[in-house]
Amino acid sequence: MAEHTPESDNLDRVATAREQPKSRWSFQIVWLIPIVSALIGGWLAVKAIMERGPTITVTFQNAEGLEAGKTKVKYKDVEIGMVKAVTLDKDLKRVVATAELVKDFSPHLVEDTRFWVVRPRISGGTVSGLSTLLSGSYIGVDTGKSNKHRASFAGLETPPIVTIDTPGREFTLRSHNLASIDSGSPVFFRKLQAGQVTSYQLDKDGKGVTLKVFVNEPFVQFVTTNTRFFNASGVDLKLDASGIEVQMQSVVSLLLGGIAFETPDDNGRVVTAATTETPFRLYPNRAEALKNPDTDLAKFVLVFSESVRGLAPGAPVDFRGVVVGEVVAIRADIDPKTGQIIIPVDVNIYAERMRLRSRIAAKAPEARQAFIDRLVDKGLRAQLRTGSLLTGQLYVALDFFPQAKKAPMNWAATPTVLPTTPGARQELQQAIASVAAKIDRLPLDEIARDARTMMGSADKLIRRVDTEVTPDLRQTLQSGTRLLQRVDVEVVPEAGQMIVDARKALVSADRMLASESPIQQDARSTMREVQKAAHAFRMLADYLERNPSALLMGKKEDTP
Amino acid sequence: MSATGASAYRLGLMACHTCGKLARPAPGAHEGWCPRCGASMHFRKPNSITRTWALLIASVILYIPANVLPVMESSSILGSQTDTIMSGVVYLWVSGSWPLAIVVFVASVVVPLAKIIALAFLNTSVQMRSTWQPVQRTRLYRVVELVGRWSMLDIYVIALLVALVQLKAVATINAGPAALAFAAVVVLTMVAAMSFDPRLIWDPLENNDGRAHA
Ligand SMILES: [Zn+2]
Repeated sequence: MAEHTPESDNLDRVATAREQPKSRWSFQIVWLIPIVSALIGGWLAVKAIMERGPTITVTFQNAEGLEAGKTKVKYKDVEIGMVKAVTLDKDLKRVVATAELVKDFSPHLVEDTRFWVVRPRISGGTVSGLSTLLSGSYIGVDTGKSNKHRASFAGLETPPIVTIDTPGREFTLRSHNLASIDSGSPVFFRKLQAGQVTSYQLDKDGKGVTLKVFVNEPFVQFVTTNTRFFNASGVDLKLDASGIEVQMQSVVSLLLGGIAFETPDDNGRVVTAATTETPFRLYPNRAEALKNPDTDLAKFVLVFSESVRGLAPGAPVDFRGVVVGEVVAIRADIDPKTGQIIIPVDVNIYAERMRLRSRIAAKAPEARQAFIDRLVDKGLRAQLRTGSLLTGQLYVALDFFPQAKKAPMNWAATPTVLPTTPGARQELQQAIASVAAKIDRLPLDEIARDARTMMGSADKLIRRVDTEVTPDLRQTLQSGTRLLQRVDVEVVPEAGQMIVDARKALVSADRMLASESPIQQDARSTMREVQKAAHAFRMLADYLERNPSALLMGKKEDTP
Repeated sequence: MSATGASAYRLGLMACHTCGKLARPAPGAHEGWCPRCGASMHFRKPNSITRTWALLIASVILYIPANVLPVMESSSILGSQTDTIMSGVVYLWVSGSWPLAIVVFVASVVVPLAKIIALAFLNTSVQMRSTWQPVQRTRLYRVVELVGRWSMLDIYVIALLVALVQLKAVATINAGPAALAFAAVVVLTMVAAMSFDPRLIWDPLENNDGRAHA
């Protein structure tokens, strides 16, 4: 290699680098990079964990509209989470939606937080969730008030009627049945909508229904412990002893069913604002609801021997127009000894409504008994009366019948029998029966026979008039004269001037037609007379034809 | 290529990184400043192995959030959505865009990871003064360096989308925290590849004259 030597020479001529101060910094500083990235990575991880919200599970009947990664969870239309998975639960009965929510929402995940699926739906005359047609269904949330945290929920199948932050209060009503009420049915106060029925459920014992109603804010103050809730669904048509009563709250309640509440005047009762725990009854109708709750009940039995058809439990017991009690039960008993059927009617008398002037005396049972004894002694009796002729409903009236037989009270029996007196209806029936008997006794047959005879002769007369009026003038005139004479005698004189005129005309015509009469000399006047007579006669005939009764009754002034 | 050939290192010479001038270090020194242009001169990239390790560790650390955290937050009238790289890949795959899903997956998940593993392998082998397959390892290094600047396509896509889709009322797209981590991983692996000195692959093959060092 020839160039080896010059290479070595050249290497010797290579410049020397300028010296660099020694530094270990670069070696140290490079480790800052992983440290910084570890810090950044750690910070990102911590941030991600901190920002990660709670994960919840909500079960639904079906997964319609639920899609993992798509369906959102919204509170007041603000997105607060996303469904991450939709699965079936173990027994395949429900679907489980797992959703991740934003962190801020975790304090609101409590026991009574409610979830439901918002889908477009039409119910109870309202359309809701229309926006979901475009954006897809989502899970709606209503926050609860409980303090107990919770992460798994049973979703509602229908959106709740009122959200928890709606100002107002919920009340619980007990009812015998649901009638036509549904969730969402309106609640009225003075015919204004004051709230809604939020839910209902059958009682555990199956003996009634418990309804929850929500009364909105300005109305809630009118719900007191004395408030009565009653069914205001549709038209309340009542047929009872007082006639027909029609009640209706609104067209809406006619369609959807509804409840109304009213607070009757507090008769000195202590009235406080009702709370959610206050027990309320749902009365079937307004009249029932506004009846005074009578606590001081006196039970009596009324024994009637007459028919109680038209008397129903709930019928009023009335004292001169004041309802003082009601019929509780009606039975029919056969006395085994006598075989006689009696009808005991149980009544409740509200003692409060027949307050004594001296209340102390009324409180003591003996005093009350003595008082009632005195009243009965004066003739106090119970009587069945017809409340409404239209409906035939009966009520029990208490009144004084001083002529009534003495009937001592037997306080030993429970319930005590209060004496009765035959009802006004019975009296009426008796009166009608006697009238009927009188009518029965009338000689109707004879009257009819007489009338028939009368009619027969009239008929004959008329027929004679018919047949004997012939075109033969002379004969006719004679017959007419005869007829008129007969009419004159046979028919009442009131046949009228017409007959007189006719007879005159006939007589003169007759005379003039005689051969020896001067009629030939004055044919014209004769003819005029005949014409007159014929005219008068025709009028009579016409008249009789139209009014054959004139033969009997005479000519009426106003008839043409 | 043979071990018998002379190298600057063996002759005690350093080349200037900037102007290529050869110079010998001052006596007792292993580096210096270029006598011609003043740039720093070394026999080998200083602290190459340590630096590469540091940068690799940093990129591994950031690789995790880059893949776990949302990389893109998009919101439109139909709601908002956050996507991680993998959720995007899954979405593309499920919606039938398999080629695109594969491209994004390879460019964003496989390549950075492969790069990190390759560099770690090279660095380890150099550190252990391995003499195994130097040519293949050098070739691997060239591939790593070449691919480096083209990886993480989605960062560029997101950058473009963020710039383009800002129709405030209708739809917006924002880069998520993972985008930052991803960009950092890209930069860190590139720097790590740069800080690795491929000449170190060959050094153990030369006769050790006592001047070699890491
Ligand atoms: Zn230089």
